[in-house]
Amino acid sequence: MQRRLSTWLLLAPAGLWFAVMLVLPLCFVVVFSFGERAAAGGYVPAFTFAQYANLPARAAAFKNTLMLAPLGTILSLLIAYPLAYFLAMQADPKWRTLLLILVIVPFWTSILIRSYAWIFILGGQGLPAVIDWLGFGQVRLINTPFAVLTGIVYGYLPLMVLPVYVSLERLDKRLLEASADLGAPPLRSFLQVTLPLSLPGVATGCMLVFILLMGEFLIPAMLGGGKVFFIGNALVDLFLQSRNWAFGAAVAVTLVVIMLVTVSLYMWLMRRMGGVRDDVALM
Amino acid sequence: MTDKIDHISRQQFMEELRRYQKGSVTRRHFLGVTGLGAATVVLGAAMPGLIPRAAHAQTIGDRVVLATWPNYHDVANFDAFTAESGAAIQVNVFGSNEEMLAKLQAGGSGWDVFVPTNYTISTYVEQDLIEPLDLVLLPNYDTAAFDQRFAGPGTVDGKIYAVPKNWGTTGFAVNTNHTGGTTPSTWKEFFDLTQTTFSGRTMVHDYQLTTIGAALKAFGYSFNSIDPAELAMAEELLLATKPHLFAISSDYQPSMRSGDAWMTICWTGDGKQLNRDMPEIVYVLGKEGGELWSDFYAIPKGAPHRDAAYALINFLLKPEVNAKEALFHGYPVADARLNALLPPEVLNDPILYPAADLLNALEFGAAATLTDPNRAELMARFKSA
Repeated sequence: MQRRLSTWLLLAPAGLWFAVMLVLPLCFVVVFSFGERAAAGGYVPAFTFAQYANLPARAAAFKNTLMLAPLGTILSLLIAYPLAYFLAMQADPKWRTLLLILVIVPFWTSILIRSYAWIFILGGQGLPAVIDWLGFGQVRLINTPFAVLTGIVYGYLPLMVLPVYVSLERLDKRLLEASADLGAPPLRSFLQVTLPLSLPGVATGCMLVFILLMGEFLIPAMLGGGKVFFIGNALVDLFLQSRNWAFGAAVAVTLVVIMLVTVSLYMWLMRRMGGVRDDVALM
Repeated sequence: MTDKIDHISRQQFMEELRRYQKGSVTRRHFLGVTGLGAATVVLGAAMPGLIPRAAHAQTIGDRVVLATWPNYHDVANFDAFTAESGAAIQVNVFGSNEEMLAKLQAGGSGWDVFVPTNYTISTYVEQDLIEPLDLVLLPNYDTAAFDQRFAGPGTVDGKIYAVPKNWGTTGFAVNTNHTGGTTPSTWKEFFDLTQTTFSGRTMVHDYQLTTIGAALKAFGYSFNSIDPAELAMAEELLLATKPHLFAISSDYQPSMRSGDAWMTICWTGDGKQLNRDMPEIVYVLGKEGGELWSDFYAIPKGAPHRDAAYALINFLLKPEVNAKEALFHGYPVADARLNALLPPEVLNDPILYPAADLLNALEFGAAATLTDPNRAELMARFKSA
C-alpha cells in the first residue's frame, strides 16, 4: 500500500502536467475544429464538418511541409552521422568535451537571431556575391526552398548529432575488435556492427527533428521570404491574422493525425528492421 | 465621461469622502464624483508645483504594459516617464492589428495601453474590448489642437475610446538606381514593373489590408473593396505577380538597404528612414490612391494598471514629449501644438506631409476590411500558391 501511494505521488506532477497542458488543450482544439468562425473572427460553437471539408484550401502548405520536413531530416542525418561518428570514435578524448560543447553553443543564441544572420549570409551581398566573384554567375539563394532547407539543417543539426553520438559512444568497442579479429575489413565492420547498433540513436534523432520540423514556421517565414509556406505558417495566419480559429483548429488536428500516423509507421518499420529496442526508440 | 456630476452638496461630498477613506470607492471615482480631479487638473495646469507628484507615484504602481509597433517610440521618453512616475514600461511589440485583436479576444493580455489603428476601433468597441477614456485624466489631450480627420475614428457612438498618436500613409518605396530615370508613380506601374524589369526584386507586405489594397488600386477599385468580382481581379494580379516577387514580408527595410530588393510596399516612417539614409530610395504615393491611416492610444477593458495607463498616455501626449517621439519615428502627428516644436524641414517634408491632391486620393481602411473572411482567405491562397 505504502509503495503504491509513493508511486502515485511520484507520477502526480507529470500526470497533472500532461492532463492540464496537453490533453485538455487538445480537447479544446478538437472541439473548436467542429465550430465556426465568428463574424469578427474567433470562434462560435457549432457542429459542422465544414472546416474539414475546407482542408484542400491549405493543400500547398501540407505539400510543402511533407516534402521539406523529411528532406530536412534526411539531410541533417547525412551531415550529423559522420560528425557524431568522429566525435565518438575518432576524436581525442582530451578534446571531446570541448567539441561537444561547440556543437551545442549555437543553442545559446535565439534561433530568431541566427536566422537573421542567415538572411545576410544568403542575401545578395553574402554568398551569392562570392559565387559571382568566383565567376560562376549570379544566383539567387535567399527566399528559396534551398534557403529554408539550409536554415532547417543548420538549426536542427545539434538535435540529430547528440542522440547519434550517445548511441555510438555507448557502443561496446570490444565488438569492433572481435569483428576485426574475425577478418572483417573496416567497412564491413561498420555496416554490420556499428551502423545497426547506432540505429536507436538515429531513430531518436530523426523523430526529434522530424516532429519539430512539421511544426516549424519561423525559418520558412524568415529565409523563405514568406513564399515557402509551411503548415506552421498557415496556423499562425489562421489564428493571428484571419482569426479563423475553427479552421485553424481543423488544420491543427489534421497535422496531429498525420504526425501520429507517420510516427507509428516509422516506429513499426524501425522495429521490423530489428535495430530498435523499445526502451530507446524514443529518447 | 459618463454621467459626470457638476455640482455636489456638502453632505454628498462628506459621504463620498468617507466611502473613499473606507476604501469602498477608488481614488478615481472620488476625484471624479467630487470634481476634485478636474480641480486638480485646472490648478495643476496653472501652477505646476501643485501637481502631487510624489503621491501620484505611489498610486500608479511600479509598472505599465504597452502593446505597440516596432520602432515606434523614443526610448529616452520611456526613461523620462519611469524617472518621473516610478512606473517601468514593459513593451510588447506587434506586427499587425489582427494579431492585437486576436490577443485581446483570447483574453488575459495583461496590457494597459495599446496602439490600435483607426479602422479597428469600432470593432474593439463592438466586442466590448476597450473602455471609453476619461479625459479628465488626460489633461495633455487637447481636442481642439488635433486635426479631426485623424482624431475622428477614436470616437465611437459619441464616446472617445482612443486618442491619436500619429498618422501616416501606405505607398511604395523604390530604388531609383534601377528605374532608368523614370520613377513609377502609380500602383499599376508598381505591378507592371515587378512583372518585367524588377522581376525578383519587389516585396509586398505580409498583410492582407495593404497588399490586396494595392492590387485593388492598380485597377482603380477601392482600397477597402470586399466586392467578390473586384477581389477576383486583385487575386489574379497577385497570383500573376507572385513568381516575380522577392518576398512577402512586412520587414522590408533590411532587404531594401542591402540592395536585394529594389521596390516595396511601404509605410511613411519606413519610407522616411530609407530615404534619409539612402537618398536614391524614394517614397511614392500611387496616383490612384491608397491607404491613409491614424494610430491611437487606447486602454483595454480590465487593464491591470489602469492609473499608470492614463499617466503614460497623458505623458506621451505632452507636446514636448510627443515632438521627441515624432522626430524618432518619422511619422506626422496631427497635434497643431507640435508645429511650433518641430524643425521646418520636418514640417515641409513631402514624405510626411504629402501634397493635397495625393493625400485626398487616399482612403482610411474600413472595419469590414479587417474582419472580412474572404480577404483573409485570398491572402492565404496568395501566400501558399
